Amino acid sequence: MTKKEALYNYIIQTADNNLILGQRLSELCGHGPELEVDIGLTNIALDLIGHARSLYQYAAEIQNLGKDEDQLAFLRARHEYFNVLLVEQPNEDFAYTIARQFFFSVFNYLFYSELQNSNDSQLAAIAEKSLKEVAYHIRYSSEWMIRLGDGTDVSHKKMQVAVDDLWKYTAELYTMSEVDQLMLEEGIGIDLNKIKALYLAKVEEVMEEATLTIPTNGWTQKGGKEGQHTEHLGHILTEMQWMQRTYPNMKW
Amino acid sequence: MSKQDWPLWEVFIRSKSGLHHKHAGSLHAADAEMAIENARDVYTRRNEGVSIWVVESTNIAASSPEEGDMFEGAKSKIYRHPTFYDIPDEVGHM
Repeated sequence: MTKKEALYNYIIQTADNNLILGQRLSELCGHGPELEVDIGLTNIALDLIGHARSLYQYAAEIQNLGKDEDQLAFLRARHEYFNVLLVEQPNEDFAYTIARQFFFSVFNYLFYSELQNSNDSQLAAIAEKSLKEVAYHIRYSSEWMIRLGDGTDVSHKKMQVAVDDLWKYTAELYTMSEVDQLMLEEGIGIDLNKIKALYLAKVEEVMEEATLTIPTNGWTQKGGKEGQHTEHLGHILTEMQWMQRTYPNMKW
Repeated sequence: MSKQDWPLWEVFIRSKSGLHHKHAGSLHAADAEMAIENARDVYTRRNEGVSIWVVESTNIAASSPEEGDMFEGAKSKIYRHPTFYDIPDEVGHM
């Protein structure tokens, strides 16, 4: 893999995390459990899709094949998406939606914090700009983790089920892929080993307050960063790409 | 989820420092902290505010519309408006 290819993949991986989670949250638009929550989650969706857009624009520039951000977002095949498995998991119920958001937002915050020091000035600038919004995503999802976890018997149980189910996808967040390693060596990407301890500390702090327990079986699922996904990504892409596949180059 | 509704909160937003908080609307939330977050999401999406107050609606004491008499006395006292002063042109818009 050349440096240029690695950089392109690194940007795409980051953009895909944001786009796919943004798409997941936008599925809740008009279907949130409460009006206020509906607006809150849709706001987060818009933030994430905004971050993805800046990143796709930059990736298109690096790729230099005359494609634009929409073509990158909507017209790649499934194995060309490099998002982590966590973000493509379905909404299931509100507990899953919140647990997924919390697990991702803590990572996303630490990731952007480090990426601000990238020697790629474009990535550093995008990281700096996105960070404040992500800080709010952590706050929003932590408060819900605590209220549901330390809430009623039913809410505690549902929250714990979601945590038990999604926890296996969190290790991928801080595990270095080949692309991560190449970018670290170039001084562009961040050292995920460095944020692992911070990630676990923050997650444990909130989980403890929420009276939730972290699964200890050590089982993990990875592959997203290499383009190997769970069945769920195909379904999201079908919905996202339907319009462009059916009516190529359609605009509105 | 319990069928019991969240309490109603009144939201006050300060649009910039120096100005007072102004009633923006109301919303539902489980507690004060969540009411502030919901208010941030519902009422400040377009950069409307720098500060939020929330107060549970049941804590507001209000006059009743039937007590119209309360305001009757003031209606005929137009001289309480400072509209009878001559303002020099140099003062400009007041």
